[in-house]
Amino acid sequence: MVTRATPSREELLAILDEVKDPEVPAVSVVELGIVRDVAATQVGVEVTITPTYSGCPAMREIESDIREALAAHGLGPVEIRVVYSPAWTTDWIGPAARAKLEAYGIAPPGVAERDELVSLERRARRVRCPFCKSSDTERKSEFGSTACKSIWFCRSCRQPFEEFKAI
Amino acid sequence: MANSALFDYLLRLGDDRLVLGHRLSEWCGHGPILEEDIALANISLDLIGEASLLLKLAASVEGKGRDEDVLAYFRDAIEFRNALLVELPKGDFGFTIVRQFLFSVFSLLLMDALQKSRNTELSGIAAKAVKESRYHVRHSAQWVVTLGAGTDESHARVQGALNDLWRYTGELFAADDVDRAVEASGDGVDPSTLEAAWRAQVLPVLERAGLQVPSAGYMQRGGRDGRHTEHLGHMLSEMQILARSHPGASW
Repeated sequence: MVTRATPSREELLAILDEVKDPEVPAVSVVELGIVRDVAATQVGVEVTITPTYSGCPAMREIESDIREALAAHGLGPVEIRVVYSPAWTTDWIGPAARAKLEAYGIAPPGVAERDELVSLERRARRVRCPFCKSSDTERKSEFGSTACKSIWFCRSCRQPFEEFKAI
Repeated sequence: MANSALFDYLLRLGDDRLVLGHRLSEWCGHGPILEEDIALANISLDLIGEASLLLKLAASVEGKGRDEDVLAYFRDAIEFRNALLVELPKGDFGFTIVRQFLFSVFSLLLMDALQKSRNTELSGIAAKAVKESRYHVRHSAQWVVTLGAGTDESHARVQGALNDLWRYTGELFAADDVDRAVEASGDGVDPSTLEAAWRAQVLPVLERAGLQVPSAGYMQRGGRDGRHTEHLGHMLSEMQILARSHPGASW
């Protein structure tokens, strides 16, 4: 095998930034905050990831996509560590990724809840329609096509759309 | 002893969520409206995800080479440690919603307290579950009020469900040696410490829904010791048949 310089953390993150979320392919697993850390070790690469939801069915695919992306750059073997703490939050999604979500047709998340533990009412929140940008929208359900999304309807352009829900 | 108590405790946590998650999954394709079909499947997925993490941790604490799939699919009913509440058949939508509400508030309070577990894996699982449980509580509470304060028909159905389910709630808070051992070691939480907070959250919602809280009476129990209703065995036979017919299969 050809000996090569140990890749830096930045170089490794740039490679992982090519791995898109299988269910929301507009953004990468780095942008979503699923990748918590990556480092070159003496034997290969260690990637630390955290699931978005406990039952996220995309985790296994994300792991294999990460291995493939690193292998495509001649890197490996890859050791993937799954951590649960700190718990994933949509607050880790940066402004650039939020803009990509909206352009893809998914309203970006609001600020994660900080209010009392048991709250029976959802705080009122204006969500902008990702298609026509109207704020005349209503929530249809807090549960959508994937664990991370809720269903909305835009009264202005009469289109249903999804929101990446704050958690 | 310490490890064996923690193993039993984690089985209880995992089995509650596995069995309830499976019961909820029975709604998939049968929900009263599309949004609810999707919502119940989502909540089911969260619960089964939590169960998978908890049973994986249980298996590693046990240290006998089992994993979460072996625990889920290759134990018989007598070895399950879930509360009786979660194994009852799904009933109608009103029954499912009332059970979700009673369980979700309990689960939210429990997971919130478990964030302080000295076991860092359990505290991490709990921190995730808290976020998910908040959505579950809100969903079921809103439906309890909608149905309870809805038509005569919907009111009668959720009142009937509450009357049937109430006698299964005592088991959620009944503490035994396992609970006291994990509370003492700082790994777990004695569930009896959560009952007052649970009532403080549950009773106002039932009142808003115009529902009568059944009078305190005999409480059913036995699930934590493996004494289950006839319903669990039937549920497991369906849940486990694929894994048992094709051991080790993957796809």
